Amino acid sequence: MNIRISLQIAKTHLLTKKRQTLIAMLGVTFGIAMFIVMISFIKGVNKFLEDSALDATPHVRMYKEITSNHPSLIDEVNPGAFNVIHHQLPKNELANIKNGLQIVANIEKDKAVLGVSPQIGSQVFFNKGPIPVAGQIAGVDILKENKLYNIKRRIKSGSMEALLSNSNGILMGSILARNLNVKVGDKLTITTPTGNLKLVKVVGIYGFGIQTVDGVRCYANMSMVQEILQKDKSYVTDIHIKMKDSQAAIAFAKVLKNQYKYETQDWAEANSAFMTGDKIRNAMVVIVSITLLVVAGFGIYNIMNMNVINKMKDIAILKATGFGGKDIVAVFLIQSIIIGVLGACLGLLIGFSLSYLLSITPFNAGDFLDVKTFPVIFNIKYYLMGLAFGVVTTILAGYLPARKAAKIDPVAILRG
Amino acid sequence: MKVLAANHINKYFYEPEKFQVLKNISFEARKGEFLSLVGKSGCGKSTLLYILSTMDTDYEGTLEMNGERLTGKTQDQLAAFRNEHLGFVFQFHFLLPEFTVLQNVMLPALKLGKYSAKEVEERAYQKLKLVDMHSHALKQSSKLSGGQQQRVAIARALINDPTIIMGDEPTGNLDKKNSEVVFNIFKQIAHENHQTIITVTHDPDFAKGSDRIIEMSDGQIISS
Repeated sequence: MNIRISLQIAKTHLLTKKRQTLIAMLGVTFGIAMFIVMISFIKGVNKFLEDSALDATPHVRMYKEITSNHPSLIDEVNPGAFNVIHHQLPKNELANIKNGLQIVANIEKDKAVLGVSPQIGSQVFFNKGPIPVAGQIAGVDILKENKLYNIKRRIKSGSMEALLSNSNGILMGSILARNLNVKVGDKLTITTPTGNLKLVKVVGIYGFGIQTVDGVRCYANMSMVQEILQKDKSYVTDIHIKMKDSQAAIAFAKVLKNQYKYETQDWAEANSAFMTGDKIRNAMVVIVSITLLVVAGFGIYNIMNMNVINKMKDIAILKATGFGGKDIVAVFLIQSIIIGVLGACLGLLIGFSLSYLLSITPFNAGDFLDVKTFPVIFNIKYYLMGLAFGVVTTILAGYLPARKAAKIDPVAILRG
Repeated sequence: MKVLAANHINKYFYEPEKFQVLKNISFEARKGEFLSLVGKSGCGKSTLLYILSTMDTDYEGTLEMNGERLTGKTQDQLAAFRNEHLGFVFQFHFLLPEFTVLQNVMLPALKLGKYSAKEVEERAYQKLKLVDMHSHALKQSSKLSGGQQQRVAIARALINDPTIIMGDEPTGNLDKKNSEVVFNIFKQIAHENHQTIITVTHDPDFAKGSDRIIEMSDGQIISS
């Protein structure tokens, strides 16, 4: 078999039927371009959602579970018997993690851990004017919290450090601040569930770009929150942990749970809704891409089939003058491959351009997400995948007509 | 010296019903011989030619060329054999329309790969000169007249210096003048280059001018 001569014949065939070649190519081009745009965009959306969800949630959160599902006194006294208790209530127990600060110090020693932040969380009402607005307050060591969530970068006005020098200061979420109509320097009253009041001063306003955070949460110093809750200096309700590798968190959460006997929750569990969305979108990319490529493949199959039928006489001559079946397969397969490679390359180029245009298109998601343009990922991997898909599809689509060409009986055609 | 031997060839057509086209045909051809196969339509002469051409492998009996037994070889082996040892000229000229005259002549030689592309081009010009078509070498082959195309087809058949050249009514589609040109080229090839020529023809003048006439009737050779 002589590839160079097959290549020459293939080239001549393609160039004499320029329009047909172009149409076959555009089929592949369109398929690949759409594949690139879709995968770049959907992967971009996935990554963006994952990042913003992960940004605002700890990799592992340790907390004490308050539940009424505890063994009753009768069960303890009279185990194994048929004890019936109606309307069991939760025990009057503290929601804190005992020795919380000690645990924090221990976890911090682990090399895989990026940062640990102890917190005191509580529901509060913010009073500015007659109507109380519900929200949450988190008493934190703001420097530790900053290490986890990069609070400093998210400050919209005021400053994070002001919290350190102002024992009654709070950092307020941007949406909450807008709802309450407060600015940096304004004062307002907070009410705890147990009815304590405290006058606090807004020293900074931050925004994560996530409604469920920016619309409800305020940061304050640990000591101030302990004070309004009337708890001691070691009172801690939550421990937030960030790992260096987010994937390691899932196993680490289980280790912590076993070690300290407190409930833990990893980020995947906390964001299971996002994760499911990810999977659905990924599946969509695969389904639509395959559909597009199959359609492009059928286009090539049709055109190559027609090509073979039109070229029956030529094939018979080539066979008569000594070209073997493999040569004929090569002639037609090379045509498909050229169409596939050129079409795919053009498709990658167009796909890249469209993705780029999409990535600079303004997009307003409102307060729900902090995003100004459509999120698009540019990853060489997707482009290589697109090229591979395009070439494989065209080879498959071109092989059947090529084999048909090779099987043509020259006698039947030459005899007329 | 014999270059072709067909022994006891039988051939059947199965459509629409079983029918014996060739009945126990045996004959030989010598080197440099100009042979004509004649007979009425449907006598099986074309069928015989396509068996001799090695393209039709569905027959009984054996076929030998250049001392090589060809019966039972694979399609690809036969294609390689045709490439090197056989040349074809058909009734309807059959050039590749997208290629130039020169490329058409060169293709079988490039396939053979015995000479470099440059040498092949030189040889192609020689063969085109032989049929007086060298001035049209760079024309698109579809732009030529029928007689011109047939001459190019002869040049193509000669490019690899085959032992045998086969023609299926090579003058069937040509006028008197062009037929004569083709006939003279064939005669020259046979007698000066000592290549064997086997043609199927309906043209009595063409047949008369050849060295030997094999007449067929009803699937059998009746005189040779």
